[in-house]
Amino acid sequence: MGRYVIRRLLQMIPVFIGSTFLIFFMVYALGDPVAALFGDKAPDPATAARIRKDLYLDRPLWEQYLHYMGQIFQGDFGTAFNGQPVLDLMASAFPVTLRLTVVAIAIEVVVGITLGVVSGLRRGKAIDTTLLVLTLVVISVPTFVTGYVLQYVLGVKWGWIRPSVSPDAPWNELLLPGLVLALVSLAYVTRLSRTSIAENAKADYVRTAVAKGLPRRRVVSRHLLRNSLIPVVTFIGTDIGALMGGAIVTERIFNIHGVGYQLYQGILRNNSPTVVGFVTILVIVFLVANLLVDLLYAVLDPRIRYA
Amino acid sequence: MRGATHAQWAACAVAVALAATACGGGSDTGGEGAGIVSSSWGDPQNPLEPANTNEVQGGKVLDMLFRGLKRYDPKTGEALNMVAEKIETTDQQNFTITLKDGWKFSNDEPVTAQSFVDAWNYAADVRNKQNNAPFFADIVGYADVHPASGEPKAKTMSGLVVKDAKTFTVALDKKFSTWPDTLGYQAFSPLPKAFFTDHAGWLDKPVGNGPYTVGSYTKGTAMQLRAWEGYTGPDKAQNGGVDLKVYTDNNTAYTDLISGNLDLVDDVPAAQLKNVKNDLGSRYINQPALIIQTLTFPLYDPRWGKPGMEKVRQGISRAINRDEITRQIFQGTRSPAKDWTSSALGAKGGYADMCGELCTYDPAAAKALIEEGGGLPGGKMTITSNVDTGSHRVWMDAVCNSINNALGQGPVCTVNPVGTFADFRNQQSSYKLTGPFRSGWQGDYPLIQNFLQPLYFTGASSNYGKFSDPEFDKLIDEANSETDTAKAVATFQDAEKILAAQMPSIPLWYQNGSAGYSERLTDVELNQFSVPVYDRIKVG
Repeated sequence: MGRYVIRRLLQMIPVFIGSTFLIFFMVYALGDPVAALFGDKAPDPATAARIRKDLYLDRPLWEQYLHYMGQIFQGDFGTAFNGQPVLDLMASAFPVTLRLTVVAIAIEVVVGITLGVVSGLRRGKAIDTTLLVLTLVVISVPTFVTGYVLQYVLGVKWGWIRPSVSPDAPWNELLLPGLVLALVSLAYVTRLSRTSIAENAKADYVRTAVAKGLPRRRVVSRHLLRNSLIPVVTFIGTDIGALMGGAIVTERIFNIHGVGYQLYQGILRNNSPTVVGFVTILVIVFLVANLLVDLLYAVLDPRIRYA
Repeated sequence: MRGATHAQWAACAVAVALAATACGGGSDTGGEGAGIVSSSWGDPQNPLEPANTNEVQGGKVLDMLFRGLKRYDPKTGEALNMVAEKIETTDQQNFTITLKDGWKFSNDEPVTAQSFVDAWNYAADVRNKQNNAPFFADIVGYADVHPASGEPKAKTMSGLVVKDAKTFTVALDKKFSTWPDTLGYQAFSPLPKAFFTDHAGWLDKPVGNGPYTVGSYTKGTAMQLRAWEGYTGPDKAQNGGVDLKVYTDNNTAYTDLISGNLDLVDDVPAAQLKNVKNDLGSRYINQPALIIQTLTFPLYDPRWGKPGMEKVRQGISRAINRDEITRQIFQGTRSPAKDWTSSALGAKGGYADMCGELCTYDPAAAKALIEEGGGLPGGKMTITSNVDTGSHRVWMDAVCNSINNALGQGPVCTVNPVGTFADFRNQQSSYKLTGPFRSGWQGDYPLIQNFLQPLYFTGASSNYGKFSDPEFDKLIDEANSETDTAKAVATFQDAEKILAAQMPSIPLWYQNGSAGYSERLTDVELNQFSVPVYDRIKVG
């Protein structure tokens, strides 16, 4: 187990270097960010040259990359163009997005798996068909539509909630954005666990458990569910990374100042230190989440061993 | 499960409702809710230094925090003395500026001649990397602190001399009669000593001499400005303060406004323009601002710049149906352009119908003019703009359709959308574009000079099409040395006639400023820069 974890951690290094270089390269391919700082006016050449020099933009790309990575390993993620250290931006953005992700994942897990189990056990019945159609609808409606509609109905029409989230982003205000963010994945979780449950319900070990005279509750929760969760856990694991980085639309609609907001602002302004820094952290989140998922397999299915 | 989620929402709604009533109407800052205006904001692009701020969001804050030598009247745009007692000159080149008594920064430091001279020297020094440094380029000694390359030779400009605490003199490198009227621009604001001694601390909580002080500032999220009790200027704040909240999506800000969580939105999203009458009624402002959008021709490309092509350029202008595009696409938030300035200047400021029939839609005349000039270069044209904001994609398509319909030769006009503003700006400033491209211009001050000289003077900083006409340059120089304002304006208009004859860029439309506000507010107005005049807003 320990050796497996170490091997996986070592494998992360090339992935990390490769992905950061790709991001770095792509952000710089967008063009020179300095010109846009001057708005409608033409950049003053002397001032623009100074800014480029300070931001290391007058060097070749590989030199910029080495310089940047060197800084990162000293814990310095550079400075955004508005003069704030990127680390400060991260300190304010990540906790907010993390809370949003936790809300979304909780909704996905609780609602998604419950619905999946219900429809998987009643395969072909009315409730199963209804849920299948519902999930199809949810999957096909884009996030920004559900976001704006729910925001308008609950926030403006009925006045139940504030349409936007306040700067501190407390848990209770994140419930609706979390739901909107979770909806599409929730539908996937429902479908995945339904299929998995429906398949395993016919397996020999379930029949054995029933034949042993175990109560139905115990058969479902201890035997059936545990074995059926592996594909679902894989999906949720990768979804953590996707939710943290992919909340751009949801965060914009509800004015949440999290990772998505900083990334959007950074991309719009070609602000490479912000974009590369945030994506670098997201890459790490992805890698760690995947490792945790793989380790969870062993917990769920004792037959899986890591050496 | 569904029931449970509903219950959670309901609980949340109750909690929010309680919190809202506890705060007392709209403002969620707690405690001092009375008389506070909450307003939408965008994250300023650069640190909030007066000479480093060239966009509206940062400008909004500076307008509350600072008062300069002059200030533009929000209604007429006239440059009125604010901190300045008088600005005198005998030769239109050397100015003596005298300050009024009694002006102070909110940290009790008096505003002196030195406060201005230090601020201007800081702004011009290339080492401080201030965006607005070129505004000081007219002052003698600018090249010493801001050389085109290499290290600066001096720290101060020799053209600025402090005579005493209340007086300083400014020497310009050439005659510029309307120069005092440019001093209302925020880059010319005075700065307190703390700005230089504790720069980081100042940026965290800026200190100025305006009617508001900064209560708290969370970068990227919110700023609370409070009315300054000790302010002695003529325009004391009529409200208790302003809470600026950063929104990334103006749709969300608008939703917050109509659900009562926000008092003032100064950018009504295009998608909501159809609903705005229903939602807000008379609480919606839509008025001309100092912004013009044009299509500039790459005159550096001989295919567009060679003699005779002015007919083609004029023909394209006549092929654009401005009335229909501004009405259909922009719902009246743009008005068809009739000259190269802005209708917000007013007739006295130099706005007049200088383009005449050349800006009037007439497909037949357009076709004739283009054919007379030898047709489009290569038989086709491409319009380029960034498409990340401002419905640029939509109007570009409309303009091309209008041209294609007028010419009747199939799709000869096509659109080249560029993803980001930065990318577009790079293509534009490296002179790589081979077809007409969008140029937007927001006036820095309500002067006709600001709409002509930086854009069309030979070698001027924002002359992206590389237009050059000796007669035009001569008229601009003449107008700048003219002492009588009315005569100067007339000379600038003469220069505009050359633009009509040469058509280096096609005036498209003037952009309006728009705002919506809640029932709590009265006396909401926008100035020519489409920024709300916060100090005049009354609450309740």
